[in-house]
Amino acid sequence: MSFWQIILLSMPKLLSGLTVTLYMTVFAASVGLFFGIVLCLGRVYGNKFARLLSSGFIELIRGTPMLVQLFILYYGLPVYGIRLTPLVAALIGFSINSAAYQAEYLRGSIQSIGTGQMKAALSIGMKKWQAVRCIILPQALRRVIPAWTNEFIYLLKYTSMAYIIGAPEMMAQAKFIASRNFEFFKVYLLTAAVYLSIVWVLSFVFSHLEKRLRIPGMVVTER
Amino acid sequence: MIQVVLKIEDLKKNYGKAEILKGISLEVKKGETKVIIGPSGTGKSTLLACVNRLVEPDHGRVLLEGEEITSRNAHKMRQKIGYVFQDFNLFNHLTALDNVRIGLIKVQKLSKEEATQIALEQLSKVGLSEKASLYPSQLSGGQKQRVAIARALAMRPKLMLFDEPTSALDPELIGEVLSVMIDLARSGMTMLVVTHELGFARTVADEIIFMENGLIVEQGPPALIFSNPQKDRTRQFLRKLTELYGEERIK
Repeated sequence: MSFWQIILLSMPKLLSGLTVTLYMTVFAASVGLFFGIVLCLGRVYGNKFARLLSSGFIELIRGTPMLVQLFILYYGLPVYGIRLTPLVAALIGFSINSAAYQAEYLRGSIQSIGTGQMKAALSIGMKKWQAVRCIILPQALRRVIPAWTNEFIYLLKYTSMAYIIGAPEMMAQAKFIASRNFEFFKVYLLTAAVYLSIVWVLSFVFSHLEKRLRIPGMVVTER
Repeated sequence: MIQVVLKIEDLKKNYGKAEILKGISLEVKKGETKVIIGPSGTGKSTLLACVNRLVEPDHGRVLLEGEEITSRNAHKMRQKIGYVFQDFNLFNHLTALDNVRIGLIKVQKLSKEEATQIALEQLSKVGLSEKASLYPSQLSGGQKQRVAIARALAMRPKLMLFDEPTSALDPELIGEVLSVMIDLARSGMTMLVVTHELGFARTVADEIIFMENGLIVEQGPPALIFSNPQKDRTRQFLRKLTELYGEERIK
């Protein structure tokens, strides 16, 4: 088969897989962002209990392979009567994984801000959490955008692992198509090209976001 | 009756085994400016930080207009105490105007219009009306410090604390900050200032406090401290500063 035929033949299925891939990525990145912020604030500003809980969770997730986590969710939980569909297991797995990583990116960003900002906020009578909300987070979240871009791209590619537990994402579709027409090289090359083009679009969108939110002198981005 | 604005009683602070403050007591009355001088590492900055509980003291009391400042009421009491830092600590993501009005909006819950009006007033007092829309990185050090002073003043504090406000500035920028501080002192603000600017001290201080090794060594009116210090250590320290900065800065 010619490459054009392969494209014509595979594209509908690949694109339907892509929607699942994108859905998983956006979902996990958003949920991960929310819980990442919670975990990070718990670890940096929380009391002893919150610090211990957040750190423990982050270390647990970062310290174990994502595939093992997915297997526990999908194959392990049914032992206790909790049956998840492949998609739901993948969504949960990617979300908690991303939360742990995003928490750490944000922590680094907060630590780069320095203690003076917090002191100044307290000195005008803000309470600690008010200072975090009004002064620390607006700066930290801006600084974390480059790392967040990375996380988004990682996530997009990591979602391909979900094919192993049978989620109908792009990689699963590619494998299905290829195993039918035996055009492994061309189909996977095409799949790679789709991933690559999505990554390009994402990089562009995020660098645009970074520029829009840029504040003079706050982040060194002048090239 | 002359009102005591700030009263510090037997304040002590240790960091591990190092005793930073070994029992400091002092008073600042309404409208007074007191200047704390002394070698670096003697606890001057820690003393200021203990006043508004940015650092928790180990022992002693701090009273603002008779009311004790505790870790519990610190955020309320801090609103009445303006604090100016050595390295400005302007909020980097906010314009000069927003730096000055954020406390009014978020802490004092004023309306945006009211807060803006007060903030612009304060900015014009420090001569920076035209810089209101600029971000900290677009300002010089002296301008940043003046915005920081405006930010503190906007809260209408009873007391202003200055922690070496000119130490991080280039020499040619020190004057503009000092002149704002001199105006402020003359306008009747109650001020406690840690500084090495003896010229400023001589001009506006009601009292000079010489601190060393966590203790007050000597205190008295500037005329006395500068011309006839009672303690040898004070004499030595002043001589050293004179050698460093030259006679004219001190006079």
